[in-house]
Amino acid sequence: MDVIIESLPQYWDGFLRTLFLAVVSGIFALIFGTLLAAARVSPIAALRGFSMAYVEVVRNTPLTIAFFFAAVVLPRLGVTFQQFEVAAIIALSAYTSAFIAEAVRSGVNSVPVGQAEAARSIGMKFSQVLSLIILPQAVRTVIPPLINILIALVKNSSVAGAFYVLELFGYGKQLANDHGDAVMWVLVGVAFFYLLITVPLGYLANVVERKVAIAR
Amino acid sequence: MSSVLYDVPGPKARRVSLIGSVIGVIVIGVLLVLAVMTLAQQGIFEGRRWAIFGQADVWTLIANGIGATLSAAAVSAVVAFPLGLVLCLMRISDVAWIRIPTRIVLEFLRGMPVVLMMLFVLLVFATSSFIAVVAGLVLYNSAIFAEIIRAGIQSLPKGQREAGLAIGLTSFQSRLTIELPQAIRRMLPSLVAQLVVLLKDTSLGYIVAYGELLRAVQVMADFLGPQFLFPVFFVAAAIYIAINLAVSRIAIMIEKRGSKKAAGGMAHVPVAGTAPAK
Repeated sequence: MDVIIESLPQYWDGFLRTLFLAVVSGIFALIFGTLLAAARVSPIAALRGFSMAYVEVVRNTPLTIAFFFAAVVLPRLGVTFQQFEVAAIIALSAYTSAFIAEAVRSGVNSVPVGQAEAARSIGMKFSQVLSLIILPQAVRTVIPPLINILIALVKNSSVAGAFYVLELFGYGKQLANDHGDAVMWVLVGVAFFYLLITVPLGYLANVVERKVAIAR
Repeated sequence: MSSVLYDVPGPKARRVSLIGSVIGVIVIGVLLVLAVMTLAQQGIFEGRRWAIFGQADVWTLIANGIGATLSAAAVSAVVAFPLGLVLCLMRISDVAWIRIPTRIVLEFLRGMPVVLMMLFVLLVFATSSFIAVVAGLVLYNSAIFAEIIRAGIQSLPKGQREAGLAIGLTSFQSRLTIELPQAIRRMLPSLVAQLVVLLKDTSLGYIVAYGELLRAVQVMADFLGPQFLFPVFFVAAAIYIAINLAVSRIAIMIEKRGSKKAAGGMAHVPVAGTAPAK
């Protein structure tokens, strides 16, 4: 138990870095994922094909492979970065964007067809239909699954700890090495900090889901 | 939906779309060519780097990696599913002192990274890395299975349980003989989709030094030299993705087959009050 209090600074540093990884990759993934979803329903066949292929392949790629590629293979190919955080952010946002694209697409499909027909019939273009009519309504149904994807993202960021980034899991491994006699407490501390993020987010997802269900 | 977002394209729109497609293909093509050229500059495509795949030893190592991956996934799935059933039954039990602790445990398991559970088992119980991987996967996935099956049971019409109780079954008998079979059938697509996730997560075994496919790649690259990292990684990633794609296809097939049988089919949109006969 003393170990946790003793190494609180490390935990705090790791906690902040985990948050940082999750927030930055989350923002990139949201932008890229929404673009992918838009491409998936666009009239241009090449964009549809690309989006479909990307989502299909990335969703079936283990996250560890994505990390291994970004952190070990890319540097050998001449793509170098100052910090391994960059590799982690690349891997996490590329991986998460595929799931976000799927969620947004199913949100688009949940908007009643009449909405799109009405928008079309008053003469809107594809880009207007999507950005003014469909997406704002889709956002509502999409938010609970999106929060779940973000929870998964927070948990997935733990893989970065195995690829040279000192976030919660990375510190956990280090502390477990240093305090061989109190491994259990070290890891319980790590678990606590993860739950500090994931449990409130899960609660938020539930609340939003109930709110949306009433609105519709 | 996507068909009503824009008009059925006329000749002009088709031309524009075709031009757009061609430009898109060219842009993607140029990017690919650039990537390939960068790789070629690094000497990735030299014959000798790929010649290692002519050696039987390399394939033996890869095959061992695949075997380790698949066996961890299979054992975890077989253990996690029954455990998930039990957890689900406990989660919806009528008895508060079973229901509430189970709920807390499930929340806890779902909120934790799988790697952390693997590391915990590995270090605290000092087990082999195989046990650690399987334990981590079982703990996490049984919680997810429990939640999926619970969602399935809740999507059933109330009448099913009421009918069961009315003919004199106990609460537990009704759950076991009436609700569970229907719930599992309804949730089959989600359950198989979760199996894909489980299979993907075996790659986390790399982190706790379990000799799965990715670890085999690392070992080979360390042994043969860093110049072989890319070819070996490329082949291993392709194999991993191919296996996962195959399982995903099976999930989609099951979903399609289920939705063809209209009654009591897959719960895609669980609508309260619509009675599935069966």
